[in-house]
This record gives sequence, C-alpha cells and structure tokens, in this order.
Amino acid sequence: MIEAWRRAGRGNLVPILTVLLIIIGIWYLGAIRMNAQWERDQAARAGIELSLPELVSRTLSQDRPVLPAPHQVAEGLWQGVAGQAVTSRRSLVWHGWVTLSATLAGFAIGTAAGIVLAIGIVHSRAMDQSVMPWAVASQTVPILAIAPMVIVVLASIGVTGLLPKAIIAAWLSFFPVLVGMVKGLRTPDGMQLDQMRSWSAGGGRTFWHLRLPSSLPYLFASLKVAIAAALVGTIVGELPAGATAGLGARLLSGSYYGQTVQIWSALFAAAILAATLVAIVGLLERATLKRMGLAR
Amino acid sequence: MDASPLPRNAAIAPAAPVIEARGVSLTFQTADGPVHALKDVDLSIGRGEFVSFIGPSGCGKTTFLRSIAALETPTGGTLSVNGMEPDAARRARAYGYVFQAPGLYPWRTIAGNISLPLEIMGFSRAERAERIARVLDLVELSGFGAKFPWQLSGGMQQRASIARALAFDADILLMDEPFGALDEIVRDRLNEALLELWRKTGKTIGFVTHSIPEAVYLSTRIVVMSPRPGRITRVIESTLPAERPLDIRDTPEFIALAHEVREGLREGHAHD
Ligand SMILES: Nc1ncnc2c1ncn2[C@@H]1O[C@H](COP(=O)(O)OP(=O)(O)O)[C@@H](O)[C@H]1O
Ligand SMILES: [Mg+2]
Repeated sequence: MIEAWRRAGRGNLVPILTVLLIIIGIWYLGAIRMNAQWERDQAARAGIELSLPELVSRTLSQDRPVLPAPHQVAEGLWQGVAGQAVTSRRSLVWHGWVTLSATLAGFAIGTAAGIVLAIGIVHSRAMDQSVMPWAVASQTVPILAIAPMVIVVLASIGVTGLLPKAIIAAWLSFFPVLVGMVKGLRTPDGMQLDQMRSWSAGGGRTFWHLRLPSSLPYLFASLKVAIAAALVGTIVGELPAGATAGLGARLLSGSYYGQTVQIWSALFAAAILAATLVAIVGLLERATLKRMGLAR
Repeated sequence: MDASPLPRNAAIAPAAPVIEARGVSLTFQTADGPVHALKDVDLSIGRGEFVSFIGPSGCGKTTFLRSIAALETPTGGTLSVNGMEPDAARRARAYGYVFQAPGLYPWRTIAGNISLPLEIMGFSRAERAERIARVLDLVELSGFGAKFPWQLSGGMQQRASIARALAFDADILLMDEPFGALDEIVRDRLNEALLELWRKTGKTIGFVTHSIPEAVYLSTRIVVMSPRPGRITRVIESTLPAERPLDIRDTPEFIALAHEVREGLREGHAHD
C-alpha cells in the first residue's frame, strides 16, 4: 500500500506525511494518558464526575501539562516566534539568535581546527601518531561534565557571553571534521600521487590541486554532523546556572518553573534550527560537488 | 685523403643513449622477505626509439619504467636518463608518464587537466593556452578542451592523458599499459594514432604492454622480460618499416616477429 502511495504521491512526501501523522496521533494519545491523572484528581477533589469527551478536552488544554499536546507546542512556538517583538526576552527568535550566533562561531572555530589538524596529520608522521589519540580522548570526556567547568573557569577570568559557548560548540564539532578530512585528504591513490611526483610537484601543490579537492565530499559529510554537534554544544553551554539567554537557558528556565509548553517549544525551535542548518550545508554540498563533477 | 664517403646522418652506431641501464637491480623488502623485482638489467635506449617491454605480470616491467621515472630507486646498478640521474632528469622535465588509468581530475575540464602540469611547472597563461591547443590537436581532441572528463569515452580520456604528458615538451614518453583497460577496437585506433604521433614528434617512447601484437606493431625494439627475478631475456629488433598500416599485422614479416616474441616469452618460462 505504501508503494501505491509512493507512486501516487510523486517522491517521498506521502510516506513522510504518513509517518508524521502517526507520530502526532501517538503523541496525542500519550498526552491524554499522561495528563489524565491530574484531571481525575482535580475532579475527585471538586466532587464532579468527568465524561470521557470532557476529560479528553481538559487533558489537552492544561496550563502545565506533564506532556503538552502538539497544538499547544505549536501555539507556544508561534507565540514565541510571531507573538513577541524579536528583541523581547520572551521571543524565541531572540533566544534562537543568541544560540545561533554562538553555534556558528563554534562551528567556524571547530571546522578550522579540524581542518588544520587534519592537514598536519596527513603531512606529518609525528602528528599522525600524536594528535589522533588526544582527539579521540577529547570526545570521550562527557560534555555535560566539561561544559559547566569551561563556563565557570572562563567566567572567572572575565570571559562570558558568546565565546565560552562557542568553545564548547567547537569542542564537539572539530572532531567529525578532523576525522572526515583525514580520510578525505588521504583518498588520492598511489597513481594520482605518483602523477603529481612525475611533474615534480611538491607537498603544497599536491595538497592544493589534488588532496584538497578530493577531500571535499568527505568535508561536507563531516560539516553536516559538525554543525548539528555545534548546536548541541552551544545549548549544553547555555544550561549551567546563570545563563539567561539562548534556547538552552529557555529550556532550563522552563523546567525550573514547570513550564512544559515552554520547554517543548524551545526544544522544537532547537530542532528546527538544527534541521535548517544541516539542510543549508546539504544544499552547499550538492551545489559544490555537482559543479566539481564529484556528485555521487 | 680518406674522408668518409658516408653521409653524416647515416647512423654508424646506435644513437647516443637517452636511457641507459647498467646492471640495474631492485629488491623490495616485504613482510614475506625480499622480492627481486629487477636483477641485472642492462639496456640502452637511443633517441627516437620506440621500445616495448613485454612479459608476464610480475616480471618487473612497471618497476623498470618507474625506476626510469625516479618513482622507484634501484637498489643496485646505475641508471641514467639524458645523461643525468633519474631524479635530476625528472626535475629537468625529461619525461612524461602515462599511467594505465587516465587519472583526469573530474573538477577540471580537459583543457584544465592538460593545464595542470603546466601550472605546476610555472608556464604563463598565454603559453599554457598555446600548448594546450597544440597537444589537443596532436591527439585529435581539438574542440574537446571545454568538455569535462565524464563527457568523453575511455579512449578519448586516455588520449587526453597522453596530451597532458606531451604538453611540457618532455622528449621521453613513458607509458605503462596505457591502453590495457580499453577494448580492442579502440585500442587499434589508439595504437595507430600513437605511431603517427611518434613519427610526427620524434619522441623516445618506453611502452609497457602484455599484448604481443601491440608490442610488434608499435616498436622499433621489443624487450622480453621474465619474472623471479625480473630480468631481460631477449631483445628483438623490429624489421618492420616505419610506415605501418594496421593490416601490416597480416604480413609474414609481422607474424614472424610475433612468433619470435612468443618464443622469447616461452624461454623465460622455461627457467621456472
Ligand atoms: N611497492 C612494492 N613493494 C613490494 N613489492 C613490489 C612493489 N611493487 C612491485 N612489487 C613486486 O615486484 C615484482 C614486479 O612488479 P611489477 O614491476 O609491477 O611487475 P609487472 O609490471 O611486470 O607486472 C612483483 O613481484 C611485485 O609483486
Ligand atoms: Mg605492471
């Protein structure tokens, strides 16, 4: 049946929408179930009997539901984006921008670091043997434990705001770039490298004309992972106490005050931001690789 | 007065060697012990010769060609190219090397690919354009400069890679099974074109193949090699005229040469 839909629905929009509808359905059922207990308790306390339709409609319109219904989250998102001046502290656009700017800064730092280290690893035996273990070790440190330390230590020397978060974002995003670029820079085979040698091309020329262009498919694949990781890093960096700006802070303050709709709205805002960033990198990837004849 | 009645251009001895190997050996140290890829190879190749190397795989044909190109370093003997060490000869742009695969960069046009070694060697933009046009014409690819490699057939791609090897005016062309991956019909056409190109340019060509007809059709001299250890077992001078239409392959002379090469190959095996 799904096959028939696929044929009818041109492309994969229909299956995606189907899955989406199923998820929303399950979500509604879950919201009703998880929020029902509180409504039953309230009704018992007031001594009233709730009919099923009444119970359902109340579970889906609570102020602080255990699990907000999809339309409440959508409403919260809409309110946060369009219902506020973008400069307001309650605007998701404002918080989103705070997070986005640190994410992009961290992504840029992480990407640059990853590429530079990869170039070093590919060209220097010593770096090949010494850098990789440390890079791997850096990723085994739980970021949730490291993030508050970075924030606190930097704050104590007067560095606050965007930079500490960007450093955490860079911490997470340099690694996929490093791994992808090392592999990418090493894709030219023996014949291609010999060809360069036969023209007496040095390391610099070989890098610029052969290794770098050959690595781009790997770089782009890594960048998609890295930008999502940078966003996660930034949000984690916004969680430690004291942060008041950014989607992470919004998540945390929502949980302090039991504002579940706010938490979920911030969560979805973050997810949409991540998807958008990954999609933009994906578009750049397609355009670049197609132009270079490397599209697969 | 006994001034020689011979005209000066009638070669008395073989022309001064462009490539000279004396007792060249090359042993690879591998995990399974030493591999004698070449042992005591003596050969001298004169200017303008077309020399084919033929032999079963593993007999060191590639290794010998790579040694000439300074892509491998012999462990024994001496090897000189244009009177220099192979490494110095390479820096002096003595040779162009054509590999089995065209190895064109997909992100560069055909002209861009030919331009690459010229850019690396520091030719000016105008000079690059002039050379690209000239070598494209030489391999009969004029008009394809702006195309990308994937728009060309395998045979055309290999012609482009030959053009690239010719672009910087090396007077030696080293080719390692350049047509090995192509079908026979394309191969015939390219062989014809290569001979034509050799006649027009007067390059010295070292050509690895394991096709007997290809070796006989192309060469002025055929070097038969055998493995374990890699060595030269026979050197056959071609008696064919310089002008060689494809149907020369049906002449008794051609068939006799092919037979001689086959004998040489069998002889090499007898040592096993
Ligand atoms: N880099 C290398 N390391 C170790 N052994 C090699 C290497 N290159 C070639 N050989 C060995 O040297 C011998 C000759 O190889 P090669 O010159 O490629 O033969 P051919 O081109 O005639 O098939 C083979 O036994 C091969 O396995
Ligand atoms: Mg070979």
